[in-house]
Amino acid sequence: MTMAPKREAYDVVVVGAGPAGLAAAATSAEAGLLTLLLDENIGPGGQVYRAIASTPVTERNQLGADYWVGADLVQALRTSDAEIIQRATVWSLDRNLEIAVSVGGASAFVKARRVILATGALERPFPIPGWTLPGVMTAGAAQTMLKSSALVPDGRTVIAGQGPLLWLLAAQILRLGGRIDRILDTTERGNYFAALPHVFAFLTSPYFAKGLAMMREVRAKVQVVSGVTELAASGDGQLASVNYVAGGKRETTPADLLLLHQGVVPNVNLAMAAGIEHRWDDLQLCWSPVLDASGNSSVAGIAIAGDGAGIGGAGAAVVRGRIAARAAVEALAPAVAAKLTPMAALRADLAKAERGRIFLDTLFRPAPQFRIPSGDTIVCRCEEVTAKDILDAVAIGATGPNQLKAYRRTGMGPCQGRLCGLTVTELMAQARAKSPQEIGYYRLRAPVKPITLAELAAVPKTEADVKAVVRG
Amino acid sequence: MFKRSEQDKRPPVQIFVDGTAITARQGDTVSAALLASSRDVRRSTAVSGAPRLPYCMMGVCFDCLVTIDGVGNRQGCLVPVAEGMRIEIQKGKREIGK
Repeated sequence: MTMAPKREAYDVVVVGAGPAGLAAAATSAEAGLLTLLLDENIGPGGQVYRAIASTPVTERNQLGADYWVGADLVQALRTSDAEIIQRATVWSLDRNLEIAVSVGGASAFVKARRVILATGALERPFPIPGWTLPGVMTAGAAQTMLKSSALVPDGRTVIAGQGPLLWLLAAQILRLGGRIDRILDTTERGNYFAALPHVFAFLTSPYFAKGLAMMREVRAKVQVVSGVTELAASGDGQLASVNYVAGGKRETTPADLLLLHQGVVPNVNLAMAAGIEHRWDDLQLCWSPVLDASGNSSVAGIAIAGDGAGIGGAGAAVVRGRIAARAAVEALAPAVAAKLTPMAALRADLAKAERGRIFLDTLFRPAPQFRIPSGDTIVCRCEEVTAKDILDAVAIGATGPNQLKAYRRTGMGPCQGRLCGLTVTELMAQARAKSPQEIGYYRLRAPVKPITLAELAAVPKTEADVKAVVRG
Repeated sequence: MFKRSEQDKRPPVQIFVDGTAITARQGDTVSAALLASSRDVRRSTAVSGAPRLPYCMMGVCFDCLVTIDGVGNRQGCLVPVAEGMRIEIQKGKREIGK
């Protein structure tokens, strides 16, 4: 049963029950702070530990040991006094640390002394021709179905893109008896040389051995095409084939399902709507919040932990969650903080967890042609705006993403720019010969997820609220 | 497009898709149940009427929009199935009163 928050005010409100949020809420509650954890999904775990408390996949080795780490985090949280609400969509957060949350079709407001945003990551847009066709999904989508419902691809399946998640997903699909016909690897050849200076840290990181074993496991069973430089999905109202170029040779393969993946990027909507300063990250090619060493943002009282603070992976997310929670304890209950793991030890854990990340970021930096589309490739899936539409708008005076809204409605559909924002910024930056930082991003505002007018109208209001807007 | 793994021992849940009964499993999201049903569950977009299926399955893309128990524009990937739930594949914009 999903219930509204029990109180109107909390010491700490954590948004998101992935690795960072689980760790942050447990740390905060164990230190005696009144803690509320709000999460949009059916159960805790976020994306990486999705359905950790309910997965029908009982053969533990199929999902891998890294997945089951999530069960301990959930256990720790559930034994704490934190209040946890699932299927709770936070749609507003402001500078006064007031949070609006929709639960079961009704909205409630809670006030926090500290907020820890752990809204995680989403998949980087992969705007290729035909990516809106039924039958084209993200790799993460397939992994979500695999973890939460033990569903695996069984038609002709192609996986295309690059990065660690792609190989993990492929291994998991094969272990559960699913079908993969071909993997199209889009990693740019030049990236191998660029990543070389960072190889030592990677070789000594936990990623290396695990990654290598997984790639070997997959390559033994699936045809892998490397050096893919062009990619398109085609079909009439439904995916029928995948067209690609590898080593200068054009190929077509019939397909029922195409799974795309080229890394993940911070899910910035709530943080940006709260007014938190973000900067363009030239290595990770995304917006990342400006944070201090404890995860504190430019808005007093709001910290960000996990991949929403910049992509670092699940291990780093857990530590960042603990760091942000410890900082909250230091601020609100300094006497208790002394009993927690010292900050220096947590920072050392974080450095260890982030080891090898620069190598991965450099090696798996997506190629420009897969980030910056052209012609009639759709950029904004909601409003169905193409790359050409956007370039035409630039030609007649659109200067940045916010002006572009007036020209083409990009980013104004229900996803609120989540699937087009990065593409629009990079496309406009290239067209106007500016940096993404100069071009900027959509101005995001509450509600960061759509809610109905009826729900807004039903929000409890005081006499003063009504007087402020009613004439006479 | 997708099949269920044999190890899935969750109890069945009956839902109705455009009036036809289909069997989902407890814990499925509406979107997962639709994709597992092998039916044509493509919605059409509000802008051009183009056919779509869920893309992200994690609440960000809104390509899973569907009418659930008479309420339109629900994100099917965030709603768990329940016994007797009535689902309509949404064609175009949400209608007034739905």
